[in-house]
Amino acid sequence: MSAGGSALRLDDVHTDLGQHRILHGVSLDVPEGGVHVLLGRNGAGKTTTLRTIMGLWRARSGAIVFRHHDITAMATPDIARLGIAYVPENMGIFGGLTVEENMRLASNDGSFDKGRLDRIFALFPAMQKFWDKPAHALSGGQKQMLAISRAIIERRDLILIDEPTKGLAPSIIRAMIDAFREIAKETTILLVEQNFLFARSLGATVAVIDDGRIVHTGPMAELAADEALQTRLLSLSLEAHQ
Amino acid sequence: MKTTLARLGGVYLLPVAIGIFTLFLIPTSTWLTLTIAGLAMGMMIFLMASGLSLIFGLMDVLNFGHSAFVSFGAFIAASVLAALSSWVSGGSAALNIAALLLAVAAATTFGAAAGWFFERVVVKPVYKDHLRQILVTMGALIVAEQLILAIWGGVPIAVPRPAVLEGSILIGNVAIETYRVFAFLLGLAVYVAMYLVLRRTRIGLLIRAGVENREMVEALGFRIDRLFIGVFMAGSALAAMGGAMWAGYQALITPTLGAEMMILVFIVVIIGGLGSIEGSLLGAIMVGLTANYVAFLMPKMALASNMILMMAILLWRPYGLKPAVQK
Ligand SMILES: Nc1ncnc2c1ncn2[C@@H]1O[C@H](COP(=O)(O)OP(=O)(O)OP(=O)(O)O)[C@@H](O)[C@H]1O
Ligand SMILES: [Mg+2]
Repeated sequence: MSAGGSALRLDDVHTDLGQHRILHGVSLDVPEGGVHVLLGRNGAGKTTTLRTIMGLWRARSGAIVFRHHDITAMATPDIARLGIAYVPENMGIFGGLTVEENMRLASNDGSFDKGRLDRIFALFPAMQKFWDKPAHALSGGQKQMLAISRAIIERRDLILIDEPTKGLAPSIIRAMIDAFREIAKETTILLVEQNFLFARSLGATVAVIDDGRIVHTGPMAELAADEALQTRLLSLSLEAHQ
Repeated sequence: MKTTLARLGGVYLLPVAIGIFTLFLIPTSTWLTLTIAGLAMGMMIFLMASGLSLIFGLMDVLNFGHSAFVSFGAFIAASVLAALSSWVSGGSAALNIAALLLAVAAATTFGAAAGWFFERVVVKPVYKDHLRQILVTMGALIVAEQLILAIWGGVPIAVPRPAVLEGSILIGNVAIETYRVFAFLLGLAVYVAMYLVLRRTRIGLLIRAGVENREMVEALGFRIDRLFIGVFMAGSALAAMGGAMWAGYQALITPTLGAEMMILVFIVVIIGGLGSIEGSLLGAIMVGLTANYVAFLMPKMALASNMILMMAILLWRPYGLKPAVQK
């Protein structure tokens, strides 16, 4: 894996939802810098992993360490304030608020850094165009762009993104790839995906989760080169994207 | 057609439509008196309802104890007015008004403090559990009503009304009660203040965001429970303020005042749509007007008419007229 320490480490994390055991000991090492991908088919436990990291669901056992902070039992707002941004699967856009207000909420003191804002507008011109429009009027792709813009309006140390390409047209996915490359220059990204093509073009490392367990970890290049491994690890639902 | 209506004000035209429709049924001077009464009543109900709507919208908390704040507000205001009886009945308009404002302020302050206590002790342990919220807040309501009985007794209490607000303003042959105008203006001022806080401040932005998606507000780094206690205190304070104003309006109050108003308050919250003060205002004005017009036209139908109004609106707009969260 890449040089430097880890941005985030999960050690044997178990999460239950109600009566159900969902994560059965997830161990994951997200290196500092770049895009790191968590792959897995529907219901594998990807979203549960991210929500457990954010403290939205509680780990029953195991440890989650962000930089030198044990965040396993921390409250969600405190985890966020350590410098972690979260882009949930449903994007978490506030539809009744304008694009500007959505972004303003995510800025530390309610004001914008002109330079960062300009870079966001360059990545996602639609944000400038719809700046004072209510967010519920945005298209699905634009909402996803807003969710990502909101995550980078301040410099964060780690961004957790849950399936950003779901339901998006190929042209928008290509724009997303460029955007993520740009964002990854200053931030570590943990990207949850099912779309292997998308994941492959971005990821430095990859972990594959299945049925609440990590079944493979390694450099993305290794998995990308090994079709037999892909077939073994990634179910039909992943191939369908190819 | 639809867009034209929307441009003219959309659902905000509904109270106007109710007004115009009844104008054909009621003699004009009576209609004017009823309209002013309806607007004043609507504003007082708005005070009671807006906080409840925000409390539910922000935290999904069903607070059946809300009416206790209304009742306490009414009785505290009555006591303050009684204690200041020389100011209330004296000839000085300034002292008259000061007495009323003091009474309302005392009720409101009590509402805020009691709201803090209520949230910490009663509501906080049952976040996210509707059934227990209903049971626990109902229980607290019973305790609060018994407290009122213990402190003020079970007999109706007369509320001294400041002399300056006692009379009417005559416009042509229409008599407009001064107190109603005062109540309307106070409610309007509170609405404008709430609107400005919600639209122009960071706290307001957080509240609007929290009503839509609590979890995301937390994931952005904000403690929603701290926000909620503030909203709960404000909502309780407004309920007490509404109770205080209602006490002055009724002139005779009983311990069940809050519970009686609560039916209308729930109708307003449901008609308006959860979590939006615009909806609460709209619903409250419609309920206030309907209650007064129907009380004149068909006295026996006064309460039923508002139930029918609610059902009709829910059939048309299941989430109410102006829900904070667009479905
Ligand atoms: N609130 C819940 N209560 C109980 N079980 C749940 C809940 N949410 C998810 N699950 C179950 O947990 C498992 C993992 O779900 P999770 O959402 O983490 O999967 P995922 O990998 O994100 O899937 P997808 O690709 O469909 O988003 C699934 O079997 C799902 O049915
Ligand atoms: Mg998921």
